[in-house]
Amino acid sequence: MAAVTTNEIRKQFGDVVAVDGISLAVRDGEFLVLLGPSGCGKTTFLRIIAGLEKPTSGVILIGGEVVNDVPPRARGVAMVFQNYGLYPHLTVWNNIAFPLKTQGAQRDEIKRKVEWASRLLGINHLAQRRPRQLSGGERQRVALARALVRDPTVFLLDEPLSNLDAKLRASARSELKHFQQTVSTTTIYVTHDQVEAMGMGDRIAVIDRGKLRQIGTPGEIYDDPVDEFVASFLGTPPMNLIERDGGSMGFRPENFLPKELLNGAPVVELPFRIDRVEYLGSEHILYGALDGRVAKREVTAKLPAHATLDGISPGAWHEFAVRETELRFFDRDGRRTDTKGRDR
Amino acid sequence: MTTITATPRPMRSRFLLDRSEVVGPLFIAPAILYVLVLVGLPFLLALYYSVSAYSIFNPSFAFVGLKNFRDVIDSEIFRRTLVNTLVFTISAQIIGLLLGKIGAMLLMQEFRGRGVARALVVLPWAVPVSLATIAWLWMFDSLYSVINWTLIAVGLVDAANRPQWLGQEDLAMIAVVVVHAWRLFPFGVVIFLAGFTSVPKDVLDAATVDGAGFWRRNYQLILPIIAPIVLIALIFGTVFTFTDLSVVYLLTKGGPINSTQVLGTYAFQVGILSGDVAHGAAICLFLFPFLLVAVILLLRSLRRREI
Repeated sequence: MAAVTTNEIRKQFGDVVAVDGISLAVRDGEFLVLLGPSGCGKTTFLRIIAGLEKPTSGVILIGGEVVNDVPPRARGVAMVFQNYGLYPHLTVWNNIAFPLKTQGAQRDEIKRKVEWASRLLGINHLAQRRPRQLSGGERQRVALARALVRDPTVFLLDEPLSNLDAKLRASARSELKHFQQTVSTTTIYVTHDQVEAMGMGDRIAVIDRGKLRQIGTPGEIYDDPVDEFVASFLGTPPMNLIERDGGSMGFRPENFLPKELLNGAPVVELPFRIDRVEYLGSEHILYGALDGRVAKREVTAKLPAHATLDGISPGAWHEFAVRETELRFFDRDGRRTDTKGRDR
Repeated sequence: MTTITATPRPMRSRFLLDRSEVVGPLFIAPAILYVLVLVGLPFLLALYYSVSAYSIFNPSFAFVGLKNFRDVIDSEIFRRTLVNTLVFTISAQIIGLLLGKIGAMLLMQEFRGRGVARALVVLPWAVPVSLATIAWLWMFDSLYSVINWTLIAVGLVDAANRPQWLGQEDLAMIAVVVVHAWRLFPFGVVIFLAGFTSVPKDVLDAATVDGAGFWRRNYQLILPIIAPIVLIALIFGTVFTFTDLSVVYLLTKGGPINSTQVLGTYAFQVGILSGDVAHGAAICLFLFPFLLVAVILLLRSLRRREI
């Protein structure tokens, strides 16, 4: 049974359509990431599931029950907000205890649960502090603990890592994923960061302009994008798209390699003029353009740092190629035309 | 190796205004001057009057120690004035802030014409106090009172037995408190509106998801969070009301039989109208030490509460 199902959810603010008919089913215990650029409607969609916004139309089911008219507190959801939404005047202990108090829990049950959640998240030493005395990472854990004590059916997380610095974000990411696996609660996680999405999601739902573009495992989304938007939204640098026969052809920078490295498999050769080489420690990013006969489009290539760069220097032409199996084709409207799902 | 010596260049006068140690004092000077001349000087003068035997009939600066203060404490009218001042200040504060909170909560709601409503609410504050109070004077008039007319029309009050708002001791106090609370109300609304809008949206959303109902949301979350702002309003409101005389003076002049006499009006009556400047100053300054301590305590608790 799906933990959360939405059917044709639409949300309009005046003339602006924020969510444009999203239907999806989140499996029990799954970590689903809603990924999309800022303003694509992913947060609004999450708030609709939480009950903080009413959908203009559409049905939401949580645990098999229609919850459209159920208030947020009774939906069995817990939410972690972008700025955590901690109660600034309450201690960490009282912050975590707050949802239990509103439920009218017994004193010893509150104590037991708050201590359990604090220990699980490693914040029991902070119990008497106030939010302003905590670091970003600690605040995030307090917010998680407060969500956890409610025994929710679903966790809703709205960009919870966006306020952390880059280094902390990486470790928080793996902690969060580990935490979700430990409690195995269905989780819907909103982010605009593809690295978070790829690293944490069991599945990713890519949203653009209020519409669900594609839902699938990180591998499916990355290797088999259904359209140009998904193809160019994921990957750093994103997939190269070059015009071809009224449509376009795409290939990932890491599959665009010097011809001599691709022996055996059938390839498509693409002479590449390198304009600039960027050294990033573990890899080189090559910026340049294809031979004018193919397309004038700028393309990038990604080579591992240990690859030899013989003959590769700014201004030089080099024979590059892509394996035929790594090519993706899109029609004039940006939709995939070749068969989706190659042999693995 | 050559040593680089810094030769001080002559300070050019055209950069004078770029130096904060010059511009700073220059900009602050008017404010300091204003406070010194119009607040500091009269205050010191009052301090001296209060320990002298100065009156307009006998302008002597003879030092008499704390005699003036002993005299006013011994006066029954003064003790009544003191009680009146407390009643007047505290009840006007409570009513004004309470209504302010309700008003702010209503004005937070989305409705048609909210902008107009917000502007109207601030009106009592924008109208000169004397004009507003004179309007109230008419509403409390013994014959033409619109309040009485309404009460009679609804049948709550007997026409032959209509209340004399400014002529009966208890009603007069109610009247001055009502008018002063009405004047404080916009201040309360503005303060609470500022407070409500300063509560982070995430916190309110979290409260909704956590299942906080109306009372818990308002009194366990919002009120404690905006408490520092409300406390400031309370300090200002209290100090201003303690020292205010306009509403009472215009409505009742302290009467009937001193039932609405407050420190401001009494000091004015004794010090200016009767010419006994020394005792007037003593009345004025009587609460100064208490107010000072109260303000310091409130400000300190404010700093502790800061979030």
